Amino acid sequence: MAAIAGLEIASPEPVEEAAPAISVCGLRKAYGGVEAVRGIDLEIAVGEVFALLGPNGAGKTTTVEILEGYRSRDEGEVRVLGFDPASERSRLKPLLGIVLQSTGVEPYLTVAETLRMYASFYPRPRTVEEVIDLVGLQAKRDERVVRLSGGQQRRLELAIAFVGDPDLLFLDEPTTGFDPSARRETWDAIKNLASLGKTIVLTTHFMDEAQYLADRVVVMAAGGVVAEGAPSTLGFRERARARVRYRLTPGSEAPPLEFGAPDAAGFVEARVDDPVVALHELTEWAIKRGAPLEGLEVTRPSLEDVYLALTNGPQAGSDAP
Amino acid sequence: MSALALTLDQVRYVNKAYWRNPARAFFTFAFPLMFLFIFTSLLGSGTVHIGSLAVKQSTYYVAAMASFGVITACFNNIALAMTYGRDTGILKRLNGTPLPAACFLASRVIHSLLVAVLLVVLTAAFGHIAYGAELPRGVMLLRFLVMLVVGAGTFCALGLAITAVIPNADAAAPIVNFAMMPVLFLSGIFIAFGNGTPGWVLWVARVFPVRHFALGMQAGLVGTPFHWTDVLVVAAWGLAGLVLALRFFSWEPRR
Repeated sequence: MAAIAGLEIASPEPVEEAAPAISVCGLRKAYGGVEAVRGIDLEIAVGEVFALLGPNGAGKTTTVEILEGYRSRDEGEVRVLGFDPASERSRLKPLLGIVLQSTGVEPYLTVAETLRMYASFYPRPRTVEEVIDLVGLQAKRDERVVRLSGGQQRRLELAIAFVGDPDLLFLDEPTTGFDPSARRETWDAIKNLASLGKTIVLTTHFMDEAQYLADRVVVMAAGGVVAEGAPSTLGFRERARARVRYRLTPGSEAPPLEFGAPDAAGFVEARVDDPVVALHELTEWAIKRGAPLEGLEVTRPSLEDVYLALTNGPQAGSDAP
Repeated sequence: MSALALTLDQVRYVNKAYWRNPARAFFTFAFPLMFLFIFTSLLGSGTVHIGSLAVKQSTYYVAAMASFGVITACFNNIALAMTYGRDTGILKRLNGTPLPAACFLASRVIHSLLVAVLLVVLTAAFGHIAYGAELPRGVMLLRFLVMLVVGAGTFCALGLAITAVIPNADAAAPIVNFAMMPVLFLSGIFIAFGNGTPGWVLWVARVFPVRHFALGMQAGLVGTPFHWTDVLVVAAWGLAGLVLALRFFSWEPRR
């Protein structure tokens, strides 16, 4: 390519490579007069791990099920891997892997049998052994599904979604209702799938899940998109003011920063633009006086804080950036 | 994989899962045989008059319970299995894969048909050994098999169709029984019709497919005359069931 590059006037990226895995424009869907999705736009790149985040009833599942082809849409343009999921569903199906929010698996087949059966539906499946390894169910290979724990069953569902070697994986609330260790197991399995370069669309109402798994997050509330970005920059988190906090010891004099009134436990808090300068001032002051800065901490607002602020109340849905 | 290979492959998986649910398999097989034993113990010494033919009560029940077995294996089994799969999300998951809907449905119907055939063979063999029931042979065997396959297909189609009015898996068994039990009684399955049978009962029996199907089974196992009109009525019900099933079948739980 480099050898013939000189002959070309310009070498733009081929159009196919730039085509997104999913593009959604002005999507709307109402159930019995109630709008579940009110005109959202999304674009998800190939190879991206994308999280749709929001509280229950935000419209995440409706959106995802329209993309999967389970639901029809009322309005809007939708392209999934170049197909319209409503009218070209049968061509799309072999390219998708789907983990639905709550679905059963035939209880009386074993893990390996189940995977072999699902693999037979696809033109170029992965091997059963490979996907069993990927989700860490080697020890349960010949166990009947009915005897698996919740976390194991969810990992089996991931394996089922993956056995057809899909280009695009949908995971609808993959860990809702799990205990912490089952969540961690499932997260690890998802990370494994992501490391193979597949596009993954995840819905969740857990901030930490999005943060751990996703490259990019869209926050939905009341049927609309309220924020979008990498987990680290969501809601301008990286530009938010830092919070400096410590506990006043009885009889200590006023510190140099603008702290508010102490709370019940005696902690005082200040919001600062530049924590480096502020901390320098504070610690210099403390060292000079020998004052202990008990329990000192500097924090940014957590993603959880940002999320709650974004999704709190219906007004958040209308005039978001 | 071709559609046919995919369907047969599905039949294998359905079959595997079927026999691993001991309760379901047991009851499907135990009920007709148990009823056969009970009915013949209670009433087996009497005679039933069918036209000019006097038939031993026990032989009559062999045919009746074979019919009953087919109906349980097809109508009840399909309706219950589909609602269970629908409500637990198994159907929704399958609907998200490239497995063609026709392969899915055909595999379920074929499996029920195989179970029905096995049940009839067991009932007939048991009836032959224990009560001296006839076994169909020659041309009658062919007619008998046609009725068996048409009947099994029809009751599968009706089982699929009835899922449209079953709101959830908990309601499945009561609704299925409520729909089928009265028809079974009014078709002479449990209590043979006699001279005193009211006219309206005969009419009910004439309209619904159960009696027609049972008459075909009876022709093979008792030696009564075989009428192709019975096959036609049963097939008509099957077609109607199929149309309704295709129109109203749902892959997802009804809300």
